[in-house]
Amino acid sequence: MNPISRRKLITTGLAATAGVAGLSAAAKLSRRYGLIPPDHCGAYGPGETLTYAAQRLLTRNSMAREFSRGMISKSPFANETPPPNDLFKRHQAAGFLDWRLDVNGMVAHPGSFSMSDLKTLPVHSQITEIACEEGWSYIAEWIGTPLSEVLKAAGLSPQARYVAYFSIDKDWWESIDMADALHPQTLLTWGMNDGDLPVGFGGPLRLRVPRQLGYKSVKYITRLTVTDSLKGFGKGLGSASPEAGYAWYAGI
Amino acid sequence: MPETVSLSNPETPRHSAIVRVTHWITVICFFALLLSGAEIVVSHPRFYLGEVGNVNTHPLFTIPIPASRDTVPTGYGYVMPDQNGWSRYLHFQAAWAAVLTGLFYVIWGLVSGHFRKNLIPAPADKTWHACRAVIAKSLRRAPPSEADAHSYNVLQRIAYLVVIFILFPLIIWTGLAMSPAFTSAFPVTVIALGGRQTARTLHFFVSAALLLFVVVHVAMVIQAGFLSRMRAMITGRSAPPAREAVATRPVLSSAVIAKERP
Repeated sequence: MNPISRRKLITTGLAATAGVAGLSAAAKLSRRYGLIPPDHCGAYGPGETLTYAAQRLLTRNSMAREFSRGMISKSPFANETPPPNDLFKRHQAAGFLDWRLDVNGMVAHPGSFSMSDLKTLPVHSQITEIACEEGWSYIAEWIGTPLSEVLKAAGLSPQARYVAYFSIDKDWWESIDMADALHPQTLLTWGMNDGDLPVGFGGPLRLRVPRQLGYKSVKYITRLTVTDSLKGFGKGLGSASPEAGYAWYAGI
Repeated sequence: MPETVSLSNPETPRHSAIVRVTHWITVICFFALLLSGAEIVVSHPRFYLGEVGNVNTHPLFTIPIPASRDTVPTGYGYVMPDQNGWSRYLHFQAAWAAVLTGLFYVIWGLVSGHFRKNLIPAPADKTWHACRAVIAKSLRRAPPSEADAHSYNVLQRIAYLVVIFILFPLIIWTGLAMSPAFTSAFPVTVIALGGRQTARTLHFFVSAALLLFVVVHVAMVIQAGFLSRMRAMITGRSAPPAREAVATRPVLSSAVIAKERP
């Protein structure tokens, strides 16, 4: 064997070992810093993981763009919602006076918030754009209680990693990581453009996640569950979206 | 000249292994992005200018096809099946593969001198005369000269440089400008374009420009000799060894060849 091919063999071997070691170290670090999305398995897992990890490294604390009052859309589009169930219709007939938000999971004081309980917590408003994955968008002023305030009031556990949130429609649920859950613009929204949040736009209560596409902003929220793992929720992919073929992380 | 020596050596590949591998990865990514992008457009085949746009606002233009959502007024009494789930997953995965491949190719191209040697037109070629000569030759359907089998002509060079350094960066930029998370950290990327909907419309037009490039590129490959050009991009050899041996004439640049022609 001549010296050049031996050198080549050694360097190739070293490079391969370094590559394997590097990949396993990267996997370990990614898990530790929460860079792996719950829908990381399957054919599209690599792309999804790259997107989510890159966004968490680049945009963990960034603020969604806010707009001037003059930019508020004159004709926002409510989009279609599934036909309301009987429970929702009863709430609607009663003017949503008994609408409650249950908060459970990894919190010190699990319990339930009435709409007026939510309004006694600090109120925040923002003029942000909601963009649908289909391509359309509009700008509105959203008024509500930051999710972080509700989690604080419920005594959030430091071990929490995700917040799952559920619509009154049983098949409609999502989850976000703590970077989005504790983000100051993530809002349990009950008002829009100086009025109550209309039913078409998710009233009485919608979780607005302005750094992600519209489908993460679930309408008619009745329950939040704080957790350190999404494995026990549905098929364990993080939310109803991946179960229907859509990405869990929609900040893209 | 070192080029002459390497060109007359039949063992020297027409395209280096890095060019060939990155080319074919990009081809796969392009068609994955084109198909999935078209599926996403079908869910809302309306385009707008500015920051916002939806079915309650006037579109800049509409593609006259049925949509995959019944909320979009298309005039068709038919709703296409929803393909957005896998299309979006595939679109972003292929985008990652294309961007990482492109980054590798561009860094290699700068370091190795690939762009300088093979893509930047020679000063003598950067004239209207040289460009006209290439076009005239193509219109005459003249068979490709030996020089064309070893080197790109000036119009090819300009087209490839436009795709690599203008269209690819633009398609990535306009795509990222539609990401609510990315623009939260880098708002200037969408503000500079004039808003989210303008970014989406530009993304559509840049992808149309890339598709036009691919159509012309494939047409030129067919005109130049589909099998020999495909062989060159797959195996690296521009011609079977027997023909290669004939190609001993020193080749300086395509401008020299152009001038030799009446």
